[in-house]
Amino acid sequence: MFSRSAAIIPQCSQQVRGMATLKMISIRLKSVKNIQKITQSMKMVSAAKYTKAERELKLARPYGIGAQEFYKKAEVKDEEGEKGQLIIAVSSDRGLCGAVHSSIGRIVKNDIAANPNTKVVIVGDKVRNILQRLYAKNIAMVVTEVGRKPAVFGDAALIAQSIINSGIEFSKGKILFNAFRTVVSFRTTEMPLYSQNAVANASKLPVYDSLDSDVIQSYTEFSLASLLFYSMKENATSEQSSRMTAMDNASKNAGEMIDKLTMTFNRTRQAVITRELIEIISGAAALETKN
Amino acid sequence: MERKVFRDRIKLPIAFFIGLPSGVSSRFRLHALRLFSGRFTQACQVRGYADAPSMSLTFAAPSQVLYNNISVKQVDVPSFSGSFGILPAHVPTLAVLKPGVVTVFENDGSTKKFFVSSGTVTINEDSTVQLLAEEAVPVDTLDISAARELLAQSQSQLASASSDVAKAEAEISIEVSEALVKACE
Repeated sequence: MFSRSAAIIPQCSQQVRGMATLKMISIRLKSVKNIQKITQSMKMVSAAKYTKAERELKLARPYGIGAQEFYKKAEVKDEEGEKGQLIIAVSSDRGLCGAVHSSIGRIVKNDIAANPNTKVVIVGDKVRNILQRLYAKNIAMVVTEVGRKPAVFGDAALIAQSIINSGIEFSKGKILFNAFRTVVSFRTTEMPLYSQNAVANASKLPVYDSLDSDVIQSYTEFSLASLLFYSMKENATSEQSSRMTAMDNASKNAGEMIDKLTMTFNRTRQAVITRELIEIISGAAALETKN
Repeated sequence: MERKVFRDRIKLPIAFFIGLPSGVSSRFRLHALRLFSGRFTQACQVRGYADAPSMSLTFAAPSQVLYNNISVKQVDVPSFSGSFGILPAHVPTLAVLKPGVVTVFENDGSTKKFFVSSGTVTINEDSTVQLLAEEAVPVDTLDISAARELLAQSQSQLASASSDVAKAEAEISIEVSEALVKACE
């Protein structure tokens, strides 16, 4: 008995039900409507950006695939030795796009946990936020201001240049990015990255004619830029498409919320009117019987 | 000669297959079959390659695709180790492009010329060629007066360059614009 009344008391003190909520509901309704407007316009913006990104990706894909071809055909393998691992995590600065950044962050975290001798080059602020707290010492370089404008080859070349200049040594490398599949799906992909030594020691390299270290150096440097460019393009497309779906879902959810809130609002309003009527009528009736 | 090799290649797996004792599990047999089919296609490929020479060219720039695995007769490319022509069954090699004109001889006999600024060319064992350029434009869309202007501009840039990096950049710019002018002429 006592326990029951004790449970009721805090409930009463929380909120006053009835008339006061009418105002609250209308405030809430307004804010949800505003949120819906925002998510809807974000969806429109990312839809426009997505179509552009996809068009550009179509043109960039043969380039990226062509850049990987040599490494596959020459059967280049990761270098032996303990120079550590290099991961280039490609994402972007902007959030609200589903699991694009977190899926990259998760893989990087697992890799660092498995091999602490890992250096990470991060393209985009979001993945840095994921990794900064636990693995700050593994972060070799962060590139920001990514994703506002569509990436061009110059951006990728700049990143490649600074990676080369930083003198990071690695025996095993990979580029992590989200490869675009369809509007509603992307696949987080690992693209192998080979050091110059690994290329020089490839099993099928003797088949290739007249190679000196200069050529291999220029070739690997240029192909790093090409691969980065390709992965940035893929990632940008997946990001925009997944933002589009995320914002679409958000607008739908907001719509559902608006429906429910409108219903409660109308009901409450009706209840208030009814109660006022009852009060007036019963007041009048009380006066009548007195007379 | 080719045919003989082909036959010898087949013979071995067949003998292997027939000679299996009856007690061998079907899974193992399947495996042997798969082995056999792999050899067969490999042998066919070798024959096809010798009979009808063809090479598939992928010629792409970051924002455009000019050829995507399209069979062509010949490609001439300018590289830092000298300009060279690529015919089918060229020895596999890697090269770094230098500014200049890439000429593609298509299968129907027509030739197309493109100006490239830089990039790489990869010729693989299976006669596929990957030509990746940083910039690629058809030569007939180039404007000679604009190219000359660019050359003059980059020469003045070199004269006013103070740091080594700026100097190198200006030199690269001169190299590209000289090649542009040459391509236009």
